Amino acid sequence: MLDFSKNYFELFGLPVGFEVDGGRLADRYRDLQRAVHPDRYANAGGQEKRLSMQAATHLNDALNTLKKPLLRAQYLLELKGVDMSADGGNITDGNFLMEQMALREELAGIKEQPDPYDAIVGLMNRIKSHIQSLLREISVQFEDDTPQALEQAKESVSKLQFLYRLSAQVEELEEELDEAL
Amino acid sequence: MALIQLSEPGQSLAPHQHKLAAGIDLGTTNSLVATVRSGQAETLPDEQGRHLLPSVVRYQQGRIEVGHEALSAATTDPLNTIASVKRLMGRSVEDIKTLGDRLPYEFQQQDAAVPRIHTAGGDVSPIEVSAEILKVLAARAEASLGGELNGVVITVPAYFDDAQRQATKDAARLAGLNVLRLLNEPTAAAVAYGLDRNQEGIHAIYDLGGGTFDISILRLNQGVFEVLSTGGDSALGGDDFDRLVAGWIMQQAGIEDDAGHAMLRRLMRDACAAKEALTDAEAARLDIGLEDGSRWQGELDRATFDQLVEPLIRKTLAPCRRALRDAGLSASEVEDVVMVGGSTRIPRVREMVGEFFGAPPLVDIDPDKVVAVGAAIQADILVGNKPEDEMLLLDVNPLSLGIETMGGLVEKIIPRNTTIPVARAQEFTTFKDGQTAMAVHVLQGERELVTDCRSLARFELRNIPAMVAGAAHILVTFEVDADGLLHVTAKEQSSGVEASVEVKPSYGLTDSEIEDMLRSSIANAQEDMDARRLREQQVEAKRVIEALASALAADGEQLLTKEEQVPIKKAFQQLVALSESDDHEAIKQAVEALEKSCEFYVERRMNANVRKAMAGQKVEDFND
Repeated sequence: MLDFSKNYFELFGLPVGFEVDGGRLADRYRDLQRAVHPDRYANAGGQEKRLSMQAATHLNDALNTLKKPLLRAQYLLELKGVDMSADGGNITDGNFLMEQMALREELAGIKEQPDPYDAIVGLMNRIKSHIQSLLREISVQFEDDTPQALEQAKESVSKLQFLYRLSAQVEELEEELDEAL
Repeated sequence: MALIQLSEPGQSLAPHQHKLAAGIDLGTTNSLVATVRSGQAETLPDEQGRHLLPSVVRYQQGRIEVGHEALSAATTDPLNTIASVKRLMGRSVEDIKTLGDRLPYEFQQQDAAVPRIHTAGGDVSPIEVSAEILKVLAARAEASLGGELNGVVITVPAYFDDAQRQATKDAARLAGLNVLRLLNEPTAAAVAYGLDRNQEGIHAIYDLGGGTFDISILRLNQGVFEVLSTGGDSALGGDDFDRLVAGWIMQQAGIEDDAGHAMLRRLMRDACAAKEALTDAEAARLDIGLEDGSRWQGELDRATFDQLVEPLIRKTLAPCRRALRDAGLSASEVEDVVMVGGSTRIPRVREMVGEFFGAPPLVDIDPDKVVAVGAAIQADILVGNKPEDEMLLLDVNPLSLGIETMGGLVEKIIPRNTTIPVARAQEFTTFKDGQTAMAVHVLQGERELVTDCRSLARFELRNIPAMVAGAAHILVTFEVDADGLLHVTAKEQSSGVEASVEVKPSYGLTDSEIEDMLRSSIANAQEDMDARRLREQQVEAKRVIEALASALAADGEQLLTKEEQVPIKKAFQQLVALSESDDHEAIKQAVEALEKSCEFYVERRMNANVRKAMAGQKVEDFND
């Protein structure tokens, strides 16, 4: 059985931190999945099957969390005892909020653009580069690992959430345009 | 190292005893069964040497015909002869009405979601019809392998939803088969070609069958097969090619459109023969008997045929283009195209598909058999015949799963293309003061509105303690197992009072329904229900005995102390002694007792496996 008390990083034998070696994660995941996956117990007794299903599910959950930067950052904050839910989502950075308003206005005006698809590509690229620089910030903050840095990381994670939501909305708009074709 | 001697004298407990497994391609028009023998996967023929079994079942009083015999009666006895039952699997009568096909069958709609077809042999559900086909295939495999099957892998289309998968599994259960895994058809085709051995790549599976066309785009990434997108045309296939050729013959031979039924049927047959001849020959001779008794003779050459069918082939490329777009890929990113289905033998199909994807299509394996062959390879591994094999197929759920929320919207809980098995939970709350019940409506699909998604199940969570609106914490958990089957649980947890409900999709069968069906099908075969139960328990006991014996032989000494072995040994001997008795209750209890006594051992074994998997890296120290 997998040790469910281990955190996801320990589970895959990775150092606890925001920077994750993707190749190593994938390798470890496959090694473990080979040991516990239900296909390995297709012919076993009921109890073994249940255990295997539980372990494989846990692994998929762990992989999904560590693979996605937002989920990984949230999970890391949780491990460090920083409570996201208390005043979660509070962004005090005025500049960031102004930028967000501008991006949202841009999104709202895309349909009126002469070439909306072109506009979508441009907006998406800007959102992506915002996300990239935020991820670099978050990495440094977790690296510092001081209570102050972690408080900052918390705000960065809220910002990240904001940007991911925005990019999901851009994708929705693209689908809407596709359907109208 | 001394192994503990657990076997009764004369009982074979070889740990790597070869197990019997088969792969089954349960198709709309034809079905096949394949198995791995001496390292080679091959489909199995019937006594007349025919590999394909027409997926047709004919019900007469006290008699059931399956396959060629049933097919030949399809025109004379259409009401009692069920063909293309795969289209009805997991569908309600309402769904079937919207399928568009005019089905000749009489549906009985007295009770539940599962439609029943009225026949001379009684009312039958699509699940029972499929079970008959499975039984014939399993019997063929058992006759050819000379023993009882330990397990089967059954293939299903990648786009099959939860209800259709559940129905397929129920059919297998009804046929008395142990399903090791339901496998997606395109994945099976890829496995047949050994594509899973590559490190990574994008593969297209082009499946042009008798009456349907499917395209699937798969991504292989470090041993994980992902279905990126699927598409197709449910009313396009080899029959359309025949129709075009028949039309050409009519034109050439001056046959009027209002020719008689028998004449048209003969024409279709001749057209099909000409089409098949043109796979290898440059021209096909035609010799058609006309209604006035005279004959028309002519020739159809390859170039004319190609020109005739090109529009149809182009029609298949549109869904290919759409599937690529859905996957966010261009044709040039596709590494290879696997050809599946008899119609991909047509040279012009291969050419045009090859040109479209810019890669020569894979055609070495018989396109009618490739899915069954892949299923057999996977079955052989799953049943445990290749313990050293490293291959692991990780599937994804093809469609998003969610729950209905306020305003007829769907909240997704497990998005499509999530690797399975998976469990996800989401919290909901009550929206009225004092609300004591909540309806949970489970849906599948990509759209936002409930009305655009497929309804899988509805149930109600009752006895929620009365609270103000928003105070209840109702945790809804979705679990999808490795076969892609869903279980949903709802639990109220804020007050310590818990209630939970587990649902099966509404188109699956309850255990009691299965029991009823077994009862009635056995009434036909004049067997006894108790005998059946006993047989099932004996098989289960045998399985548990074998599994434990090989486990103990492999690592019992390392993982268990002498003292710990005592109770396990005792429970084991108990089961061995009872396993051949005729008391199914006693066997069942002995199985349960043995499983209980081994609980800690099973855990230790899995631990050891995990430790082995993590060997060579020193970051962590693994304790039990």
